[in-house]
Amino acid sequence: MPATLLINGTEHKLDVPADTKLLYVLRDNLGLTGTKYGCGEGMCGACTVLLDGKPARSCQAPLSVVAGKKITTIEGLERNGKLHPVQEAFLKAEAFQCAYCTSGMIMAAVGLLSKNPQPTDEQIISTLEGNVCRCGTHPRIVEAVQQAASAKHV
Amino acid sequence: MTTLTQESNRELISEREQHESVARFSYGFELHRRDFFKLLGGGMLVCACADPAMAQESGARHRDRDEEQLPQNISAWLHIAGDGKVTVYTGKVEVGQNIRTSLTQQVAEELRAPIESIQLIMGDTSLTPYDMGTFGSRTTPTMGPQLRNASAAARENLIDLAAQHWRADRSSLVAENGRITNTRSRQSVSYGELTKGQELVKLMNDDPALEAPTDWKIAGTSTPKIDGRAFVTGKHKYTSDISLPGMLYGKVVRPSAFRSTLKSLDVSAAEKMAGVIVVNDGNFVGVAAVDATTALKAAKAIRAEWSAPSQTSEATLFQDVRKPATTESDNPGGPPEFRSGSIEQGFSSADKTLKQTYTISYIQHVPLEPRAAVAEWRDGKLTVWTGTQRPFAVRDELAEAFRIPKDKVRVLMPDTGAAYGGKHTGEAAIEAARLAKAAGKPVKLVWTREEEFTWAYFRPAGVIDVKSGVRKDGTIVAWEFHNYNSGPAGLRSVYAIANQHIEFHPTDPPLRQGSYRGLAAPANHFAREVHMDELAELVSLEPFEFRMRNLADPRARAVLQAAAKTFGWGGQKNSPTRGFGIALGFEKGSYVATCAEVEIKDREVGVTRVAEAFECGAVVNPDGLRNQISGAIMMGLGGALFEAIHFDNGKILNPHLAEYRVPRFSDMPQIEVTILDRKDLAPAGAGETPIMALAPAISNAIFGATGMRPRSLPMVAEGLPGPKTAA
Repeated sequence: MPATLLINGTEHKLDVPADTKLLYVLRDNLGLTGTKYGCGEGMCGACTVLLDGKPARSCQAPLSVVAGKKITTIEGLERNGKLHPVQEAFLKAEAFQCAYCTSGMIMAAVGLLSKNPQPTDEQIISTLEGNVCRCGTHPRIVEAVQQAASAKHV
Repeated sequence: MTTLTQESNRELISEREQHESVARFSYGFELHRRDFFKLLGGGMLVCACADPAMAQESGARHRDRDEEQLPQNISAWLHIAGDGKVTVYTGKVEVGQNIRTSLTQQVAEELRAPIESIQLIMGDTSLTPYDMGTFGSRTTPTMGPQLRNASAAARENLIDLAAQHWRADRSSLVAENGRITNTRSRQSVSYGELTKGQELVKLMNDDPALEAPTDWKIAGTSTPKIDGRAFVTGKHKYTSDISLPGMLYGKVVRPSAFRSTLKSLDVSAAEKMAGVIVVNDGNFVGVAAVDATTALKAAKAIRAEWSAPSQTSEATLFQDVRKPATTESDNPGGPPEFRSGSIEQGFSSADKTLKQTYTISYIQHVPLEPRAAVAEWRDGKLTVWTGTQRPFAVRDELAEAFRIPKDKVRVLMPDTGAAYGGKHTGEAAIEAARLAKAAGKPVKLVWTREEEFTWAYFRPAGVIDVKSGVRKDGTIVAWEFHNYNSGPAGLRSVYAIANQHIEFHPTDPPLRQGSYRGLAAPANHFAREVHMDELAELVSLEPFEFRMRNLADPRARAVLQAAAKTFGWGGQKNSPTRGFGIALGFEKGSYVATCAEVEIKDREVGVTRVAEAFECGAVVNPDGLRNQISGAIMMGLGGALFEAIHFDNGKILNPHLAEYRVPRFSDMPQIEVTILDRKDLAPAGAGETPIMALAPAISNAIFGATGMRPRSLPMVAEGLPGPKTAA
């Protein structure tokens, strides 16, 4: 199926089967490998991207559903070499170990903060509940999201 | 009888003993039979001819013993380019434990060069010295000193070069910040200008002058993770992110049960798909295709019939693992056993005795990046990028599987999305290489979550019987401890007990099993530390006091006191809805004590607070260590409370994250970490020991609240027993 995808502000024309999931198009067709495969079942959040600003599991999203939507991946957060406040906060709090979950965590947090700029710890926890970190950096991730929230409003 | 006290200082031996045997798949490739090629779009089927590599069969058996000797020349470990860039070579690998950073710090410390000038090449079998693997918390105690020695030798060599260059007195020269400066003449030269990129040929000194931890300036500080920015921007290339020109995507067709053999195979539908290559070699069936979606469709279109023997099930697990092994254990040194005093006399002198049994379920590591490999054959040489803790062992596995000499195989290990002891083997590497061989093109293979849950090896299940005798005053006088199948790591007690009999009993394991963070030490600590609480109850002593009474080791006493102090142990009383537990651990040269608070709500157990004290000698990176300790606590919650693999007749019944619960944000307790930095002691590793005292502390806390003693891991997969009350 020929499709046009709007990813990180750039239009990409592709011809792939309509049932192809966005995750594989990003990673295999477009080389945007910052978005990760973790389970392929929508249960780990490693593949989280923003669709029209809202966090979504790219492993569950067929092209037919995402065409026409504004897609943002981890590669689209940096602006002119300057990290997004959430990226900056993750780096500062060292909110990772193997960091394989980091892209998905950051995208979910960016989605949360755009909707709720001053979340409580409980709101961060419930938003990120679907994102798995196996290294156990959860407390640092919550701290990083809080740091990003306060940094944005300084 | 081999005793655990016969500890060898030889690191290689030590590393072998740390590494529990992992059952390897035997692929038994014939390599030439039935390779189906569907040329891209061409529709032609050809059969691969006999493999030229067959002629080199003897090569794979060649065991290069010299390779395992650590090189003594500086240049094998370290190179300084003309521009001052320092490249360091180590066979250790980065899986999130942050050794890329901690080793870089140690090089910077001794070489006296800026962190930014140093790059580590890790786990590349063509470039780095041989290394058995990254496991057993060995990097900090073995590779740290190794690289510090190499760096110190390089530094002294650079001072020699500068002294010659200036014809100056060596004692007036100082190495600092990547430069040698003559303190008298104020002349200064950079390392790069001195070496001009030439190799430093000097041999390393056996006993070099190393900085004492009390004098560390770069080591011992919280240096941020090297390349941290590449991880928050998604730019870091994990194995699964690598792409090569013309690369195909692989998919393996898995049997429906373990130990299956292929009965019949119909690949006609898959063959007809454009751009699909089908490979069958023995019991291996796989496809490679132009994209991952097509590969998946082709694999699904293959009709394979398997026959599998009848296999044991979870229902009889804890009886099955008590059966003695019928094949000899390949655990080096044989089944460990430790005896001291007389267990019979110990029991006869006891006022009270106690006998209990503890059980441990199979669990899976669930690294978020599943097994992955990219394989490429070129001019008879095989190159594989793969996420493994043992690149050299995977190289050997590949050489054996394809019957080629080891020097025709190169394994590279990109910094990987975690392992936790679960990535010692090369399954994905072998499978990708087999597909790539047939395709004549590079192939990437990424296991699915279901494959990772099913075909990766498991943490061993086990049964532990403990029988003990104690005097009225709280002195333990007899300690008998039998571990069935779970493993010998952490078998010995840290308590001073006169009469002991401790033994590990191997079995024929029902599932393919292998290493897991801490090996069997968390299981042995669970049984031991829950039993300690039971003994304390038996003699009506407070659990902290009872432990202290039986503890001579000052380092163990110090962590126990530190954890109790941070937690405020004894300050709050147990109630039916809130309980407090404490536990102690010692393993791999480091000490841990953990206090846990649990909240019981409607038969559900929540861990609300954990205070852990940890001591691993001199700390190389305090923030990195805090991250490891806190992470081990979060990860340990899963195995303690709810993680379990369910299986029946050779099938895994819960191979998905929807069915296998891992710790999530809502499980997060308040975590307080206390680090005891012992700058007078050599640094020990910290990847494993911080997980060990958590489960028993939680069990003891549950007892404090409910009076029920959880003696099985996981403890409360279905919540506490008993009727749920309305909230």
